[in-house]
Amino acid sequence: MKYANLIESVGGTPLVGLPTLSPTPDVRLWAKLEDQNPTGSIKDRAALAMIEAAEAEGRLTPGCTILEPTSGNTGISMAMVAKLRGYRMVCVMPENTSEERRQLLRMWGAEIIPSPAAGGSNEAVRVAKGIAAENPDWVMLYQYGNPANAGAHYSGTGPEILADLPEVTHFVGGLGTTGTLMGVGRFFREHQPGVRIVAAEPRYGELVYGLRNLDEGFVPELYDESLIDARFSVGPRDAVRRVRELIESEGIFAGISTGAILHAALAQAAKSVKAGERADIVFVVCDGGWKYLSTGAYEGTLDEAEDALDGQLWA
Amino acid sequence: MAIEVRIPTILRTYTGGERAVESSGSSVAELIDSLESAHPGIKDRLVEDGADGPAVRRFVNIYVDDEDIRFTGALATELSESSTVVILPAVAGG
Repeated sequence: MKYANLIESVGGTPLVGLPTLSPTPDVRLWAKLEDQNPTGSIKDRAALAMIEAAEAEGRLTPGCTILEPTSGNTGISMAMVAKLRGYRMVCVMPENTSEERRQLLRMWGAEIIPSPAAGGSNEAVRVAKGIAAENPDWVMLYQYGNPANAGAHYSGTGPEILADLPEVTHFVGGLGTTGTLMGVGRFFREHQPGVRIVAAEPRYGELVYGLRNLDEGFVPELYDESLIDARFSVGPRDAVRRVRELIESEGIFAGISTGAILHAALAQAAKSVKAGERADIVFVVCDGGWKYLSTGAYEGTLDEAEDALDGQLWA
Repeated sequence: MAIEVRIPTILRTYTGGERAVESSGSSVAELIDSLESAHPGIKDRLVEDGADGPAVRRFVNIYVDDEDIRFTGALATELSESSTVVILPAVAGG
């Protein structure tokens, strides 16, 4: 396919069948390969949509500075678009994220302000809000509350899946900003309400939950519980086990959060087999494994990988 | 019947520092009542009065066998002897 520039090539990703991991001919798994976006992650869709919405509203003009709290992937996607559109990019990123993500951000020209590891992304959000207050001319697109984040999946990811697989019965996505699930969920609620929306949420090590009190917990403003049907918490051991299974049986080299999503998708597949129902389960491959090679997830035993991931923001 | 309940760091002041405690109940609501008897004060950190009666607090997630109870019957979610209950504060991703 031909595009006028890199940005125009965002989205339109392949949906591939998983003949080995699908349990029966009636219960099939399909992977939406979001790693085939320009920076290698699904976040390209949201970053582009949020920047274009801010441009349309007149909030972003050439030379502006964009500020964003991010565990990495959204920041990388924003930095790519910012570079091509002439904006300065500043990311607030927790210290316990992989070195690859920091190198990539710098390669795309972003500046990084580190936030403390304890508290994870909650802390990055808090720090970014403080910096935004001190720099009123900077534009914080704020992926956790920006409707354009979910909008990218409402108008892109969801329709693409329905067009490629009209018989889809389940959609399984990762829960972070909730943008993917809210957008795809709303799309299916409106256009094919029988599709069940399943969320897989990474369960990190204790450091990440090290809040001072429960009132400092965080639920993204975008989140609307009525748009999903089930929500699973998946720990690093299951995520790593599945990510290894995915490359071993289907040849797909995915990031660790995709392992968590596949774990939930396989649980759904098992339920469907048990219930004797037909199922076509689409799950998201959020990104490839490249950015996580240094985490230790892809080598050694599961015990070693689990230990290595403890305390890291692996999704 | 004893059900393992994993306690997040910020609530361990109620469990004498224990990361996991054993409790019992045939539903999450019953389990929380038993937790409260053994660890007074913890219930108020987990549950609040909502418009439709008691509900899990906004920034608290409770999982039974890794599934968020808000989607499985909320506090009425049934428990079995082999259930594992995990309590976690809500955190951001992205």
